[in-house]
Amino acid sequence: MEPDALLLARIQFAFTVSFHIVFPAFTIGLSAFIATLLVLWRRTGQDHFHRLARFWTKIFAVSFAMGVVSGIPMSYQFGSNWSRFSEVVGNVIGPLIGYEVLTAFFLEATFLGVMLFGWRRVPPWLHVTSAILVALGTAISGFWILSANSWMHTPAGHEVRGGIAWPVDWLAVIFNPSFPYRFVHMMNAAYLTTSVVVLALGARYLRRGEYPSEARTMMRMGAGMLAILAPLQLLFGDLHGLNTLEHQPVKVAAMEGHWEDTGPAPVVIFGIPDEERETNRAEIAIPKLGSLILTHEWDGRYPGLKDFPPEERPPVTIVFYAFRVMVILGVALIFLGLAGAYLWWRGRLFDTPWYLRLADRSWWIGFVAILAGWITTESGRQPYIVQGLLRTADAVSPVSAYAVATSLAAFVVVYCVVFTIGIHYIRVLMRRGPTGAALEPPPAPEGLPNRPLSAAQDSAHESVREAAP
Amino acid sequence: MSGVDTPDGLAFWLPLVLACVIAVGVALYVILDGFDLGVGILFPFFREEGERDQMMNSVAPFWDGNETWLVLGGNGLFVAFPLAYSIIMPALYIPLILMLLALVFRGVAFEFRWVAKPRHRKWDIAFATGSMVAGFAQGVMLGGLLDGITVENGRFAGATFDFLTPFSVMCGLGLVVGYALIGACWLIMKTAGPLEQQARRYARPLLLGLLAFIALVSLWTPLEYERIAERWFSFPNLLYLSPVPIVTALLAYSCWRGITGPYTSRAFYSAVGLFIVSFIGLMISVLPYLVPFSVTLWDAAGAPAAQIFILVGIVILMPFILGYTVFVYYTFRGKVRPGEGYH
Repeated sequence: MEPDALLLARIQFAFTVSFHIVFPAFTIGLSAFIATLLVLWRRTGQDHFHRLARFWTKIFAVSFAMGVVSGIPMSYQFGSNWSRFSEVVGNVIGPLIGYEVLTAFFLEATFLGVMLFGWRRVPPWLHVTSAILVALGTAISGFWILSANSWMHTPAGHEVRGGIAWPVDWLAVIFNPSFPYRFVHMMNAAYLTTSVVVLALGARYLRRGEYPSEARTMMRMGAGMLAILAPLQLLFGDLHGLNTLEHQPVKVAAMEGHWEDTGPAPVVIFGIPDEERETNRAEIAIPKLGSLILTHEWDGRYPGLKDFPPEERPPVTIVFYAFRVMVILGVALIFLGLAGAYLWWRGRLFDTPWYLRLADRSWWIGFVAILAGWITTESGRQPYIVQGLLRTADAVSPVSAYAVATSLAAFVVVYCVVFTIGIHYIRVLMRRGPTGAALEPPPAPEGLPNRPLSAAQDSAHESVREAAP
Repeated sequence: MSGVDTPDGLAFWLPLVLACVIAVGVALYVILDGFDLGVGILFPFFREEGERDQMMNSVAPFWDGNETWLVLGGNGLFVAFPLAYSIIMPALYIPLILMLLALVFRGVAFEFRWVAKPRHRKWDIAFATGSMVAGFAQGVMLGGLLDGITVENGRFAGATFDFLTPFSVMCGLGLVVGYALIGACWLIMKTAGPLEQQARRYARPLLLGLLAFIALVSLWTPLEYERIAERWFSFPNLLYLSPVPIVTALLAYSCWRGITGPYTSRAFYSAVGLFIVSFIGLMISVLPYLVPFSVTLWDAAGAPAAQIFILVGIVILMPFILGYTVFVYYTFRGKVRPGEGYH
C-alpha cells in the first residue's frame, strides 16, 4: 500500500516550519536587544553594556545560523512538496517572498558578517550601525513573510483566471485584511520571547551569584519589556481575534469550541471537543463572556461550528487546545511582567527568591506560546491552504510518497541531532557567561590585519585560557 | 530559434530580462558559494587545527551572504517562472533535499565548531562532508536538468530517480572539482605561509581535473543532443561561438600562471572567469529552454504583473545589495595571517 503523500508532506512542512520559527522568533528580538545594548554602550560608555552585547552576539550567531539553515529548506519545499500551491498562487506569494530576499535576507546576512567579525575592523559607529541594520533586516523579513502568510488566510487584491491567482492590486495583496494584526501580534510575540529569555538568564545568574551587574541589567530590561509588551499582547491578540472572526469565522468557532449559535455565547474554560457528536464533553464555561470578548457586547452572537458544513471545518480539537495553551502562557507572561515591574518599583527585583526562581524557569514560555499560536491559526485555516481558494489536499506535488517519507525521515533525524546540539551549545555559552573585558581593542598587529574572529571563537579561547594552568 | 514559439512585445522581453537576472543570480551564487564550499571540500586535506581555523576564518564573514544568492535563485524561479519551478523541483527532489541537508550541516559548523572547541572534530567532518555533498548534489541537479525532464500536461511526469544518470553523476563530480579549485584559489589569495603553498600545490591538479570535465561535458552534450550540436557546430554559429573555447583556454592558462607564478589573486579571478565562461556555454546550449527541452522561458513565464513587480524591486534594490556586498568584501580584504584569530 502506498503511503499518503499529502499527509507526509503536511507533516514535513509542520515539522520543518516548527523547528524553523523558534530561531527567527528568538533572533528578531535578540538582534534588537543587542543593537539597544550597543547604543547604550556608545551613549554611556559603561563596560557591562559592551560585555553583554558581545555575550549575546555569540548566542545570536549560533541561533541565527540555525535559523538560516532551517529556513532555506522552507523556501524550496514550496516547489518540492507543494508544487501545485506554487503554480496556483506563485504569482502572488512568490514576489512577496522575493521582496523578503531582496530587502531583508541580503541585509541581514551581509551586515551579520560585520556585526560578528567587525568588532575591530570597522569604526565603532559603523559596527553599531551594522547591528541596527541586522535588527532592521529581521523585522523587514517578518514584514514580508507575515504578509505572505496573511494573504493565505485573507487573500485580497487578486483575481482567479483559469484556476490560477493573478495579482491585480499589490497594495491590497501586501496589506491584506489580516496582515496588520498578524504582523503586530507576531512581532510583539518575538520581542516578548526574547525578553523572557533575557529576564530568565539574568535571574539565573543572580541566583548563582554570577555577573551581578550584567544580570541586573538583563533583569531590568527583560522585566521592563515584559511589563509593557505582555499586556499589549492581550490587546493585539484581541484585535487579531476580532479580525479573524470577521474573515475566518469558522476558525474562531473552533478556537472557542463554539458548536451552536443559540444565544449569547459562553467562554469555554475547559472541555473535550467531540467532533463526531458535535459538542464538548466535560465542559466548564462562563456564560456570556464569549460574546463579550468576541463581539464586545453581553448579548452578541457569532456563528458556531454547526453553521458550517463538516467538510469546511478545521480539526477542532487541535485548534481548541492550541489556542488555550497560547492564552494560558500569555497570561503567565503578563503576570511575570507585572510582578517584575511591581518588585522593581518596590526595589526588590533582585532579591525576591520566589520571583528569581520563577523567572529562571520561565525561559521557554515565549517559544511554546508562539508555536501554540501558529498551530492555532494554521490548523484553523484547514481544510484550505489558501482560504477559500485552494485546498491543502489539492496543493501537493506529483511526487512519490516514498520520496516524501524518505526526506521526512531525513529531516527529522538531521534536525533533531543538529538543533539539539545547537541548543546545547547555546546553553554552554550561557554557562560560560558574559566574561572578558573586550572594551579596549588589543594592540593591532602590523598593517591592517584581517581579524575575522568568530563570535563564538572568543569564548572558546577564553574557556581554554581558563582551563589552562 | 527554430521550432520555438515566441510571443511579441512585453510578453517577449519581460521573461527574457528576468531569465537574465536569474542567470546572473545563479552565476553569482555558484562563484560566491563556490569558493566557500570549495574551502570546505579542501578541509580534510589540511590536517593542522591552526590551518583549518584560518581556512574557516577566511570565509566566515561571507558564507551567509553567499548562500542568500541560492535563496534568490530559487525564489526568482518561483516568482518569474512558476511553471518551471513546479516541474524542476519535484523532478530533482532527491538531490535537492540532499543539498539542503548538507547545507544545514556545513552552515551550523561555522558557529558550532568554535563553541565545541577543543572537541570540534565532528564539526570539521560536518563542514567538509556537508560542503562536498552540497557541491555534488548541485552538480547532479545541473546534470539532471541538462539531461531533460519528463513533462506531461505541464507537470513533472517522470520517476523519482530519473535524475540519476552517468551524465548527472559526472556533472556532480565535475562541480566538486570545480568548487575545490576555486576554493584553493581563494586560499591562495586569502592566506599566507605553508597554507598558501599547500593550496597552490592542490590547485594545479584541480585545474587540470576541471578542464577535463569541461571537455567531457562539451563533447558529451552535443553527441547526446542533436539540438546542442546544431547550436554549436552549424554555420555561422560556429564562427560566433568560437570565442567561447578560445576564452576558456586563455583563462585556463592565466589560472595556471596564477597558481604557479608569484601572483596573489590572479588564479582566483581566472577561476571565476572559467566558471562564468562555462556557465555561458551551458546557457548557449539550452536557451531558450528552462526545462530542456520541453518548456521555454516563455512557456513557463508567470503573471506579467508579478514579473514587473519583482523586476521593479530588483532594479531598485540590487544596486544597494551589490553595494554593501562589496563593502563587506572590502572590509575583510587582505590575507588572514597564520596564527591570527586563535590566541
